Amino acid sequence: MPVTGPEIERLIQLLSKLPGLGPRSARRAVLQLIKKKETLLAPLAVAMADAAEKACICSICGNVDTQDPCAICSDPTREPTTLCVVEEVGDLWALERAGVHKGRYHVLGGVLSALDGVGPNDLNIGSLAERVEKNGIKEVILAMNATVDGQTTAHYITDRLEGLGVTISRLAHGVPVGGELDYLDDGTLAAAMKSRRPF
Amino acid sequence: MEWRDEGIILSARSYGESGAILELFTREHGRHLGLVRGGAGRRHKSSLQAGNSLAAHWRARLSEHLGTYTAELMKPRAGLLMEDAFSLMGLSAACAVAGIIPEREAHPALYEGFELLLDTMDDPDIWPAVFVRWELGLLQELGFGLDLGQCAATGSRDDLVYISPRSGGAVSREAGDPYKERLFRLPQFLIGAQAGAATPDDVAEGFRITGHFLDRHLFTPHGRHLPDARIRLAERVFTRSRAVAN
Repeated sequence: MPVTGPEIERLIQLLSKLPGLGPRSARRAVLQLIKKKETLLAPLAVAMADAAEKACICSICGNVDTQDPCAICSDPTREPTTLCVVEEVGDLWALERAGVHKGRYHVLGGVLSALDGVGPNDLNIGSLAERVEKNGIKEVILAMNATVDGQTTAHYITDRLEGLGVTISRLAHGVPVGGELDYLDDGTLAAAMKSRRPF
Repeated sequence: MEWRDEGIILSARSYGESGAILELFTREHGRHLGLVRGGAGRRHKSSLQAGNSLAAHWRARLSEHLGTYTAELMKPRAGLLMEDAFSLMGLSAACAVAGIIPEREAHPALYEGFELLLDTMDDPDIWPAVFVRWELGLLQELGFGLDLGQCAATGSRDDLVYISPRSGGAVSREAGDPYKERLFRLPQFLIGAQAGAATPDDVAEGFRITGHFLDRHLFTPHGRHLPDARIRLAERVFTRSRAVAN
């Protein structure tokens, strides 16, 4: 039997569907929100309503923003001829956090997966080829995850872009910064050894 | 219920926030699924890539339960093959095709062939022919073997140069010539010659033949199609054979 009103129960139920939250932690979060009703709950409700109203997918790159084209695509200071291809918006955000890429992005929306029946037509690969062709892109950086599906997708894109006169590069695989060889898994070590380069 | 066995990862799907459903092709227990707790987490994800060999320990309260796996990496193949597009394509296709093997049915010979196939995948001159032979073995093991020992029409054992797409039997030159447009050409490496002796053209034809029979006998009856990864691989092999021919 619920111990609170239906409005609060519903809030708990919805929050418990978020990643990292179960029913118990959602209940704790809701209690905290109610305790700080003025400073937390009300502004959160306004922010969520705003986001729900304005959030959209960028029609050029597939990023999530509140404007279309997104802030990255409409930023004139960004290098327009370098394109970084990522699997998901979360990967784009990770690269932006690191501040290592000053060009533009293209979000595929997933990877090719034989198991899940995801084929090239289910991803934003056609629009990538179109962008490369029409926008004078000089370099495409494939920043896919180092998984079998991620790399299969990277190789597929390489094939698709062949003949368009664009340089294709991909992120290195191997020892992470601060990583100790003794603690690395065998697969990473094998990939690092295979991708070694002159020093 | 519990057992220990060695197995090759066919797939690992995320389950919940941090778990993964692991599909292993094991030596003694066949294709077998199980839950790996924390399998989608940073610690395990690099090991749980298709093609890697594991020492697996499966446990469940009842044998029909999904059960849980704990596993230790024995041989990392995925990391080594990721560099090469053709090998990676072969790995994805092999794992996708192996997904048709019935669950929990031991096929040790097929397992050993699969292991051999994956171990040759760093040699692009050999593994495509081994792949075709493994698929022939798969058809044979699951009860749909092709009869390549004698002519389906005359019984002759000599000059076998075609395969009937209907019966899967070999056909001699004499009996098959009038219908050759409707028959597959029989690559000689499928009837005895070593896999290494196969020409790129032979291998491409081999992929066409096994693809046809896999689709007809194994995939279509289960309401499935030949996996996209397998179709793309056959196309790539064909393109390579054309490039060599020119």
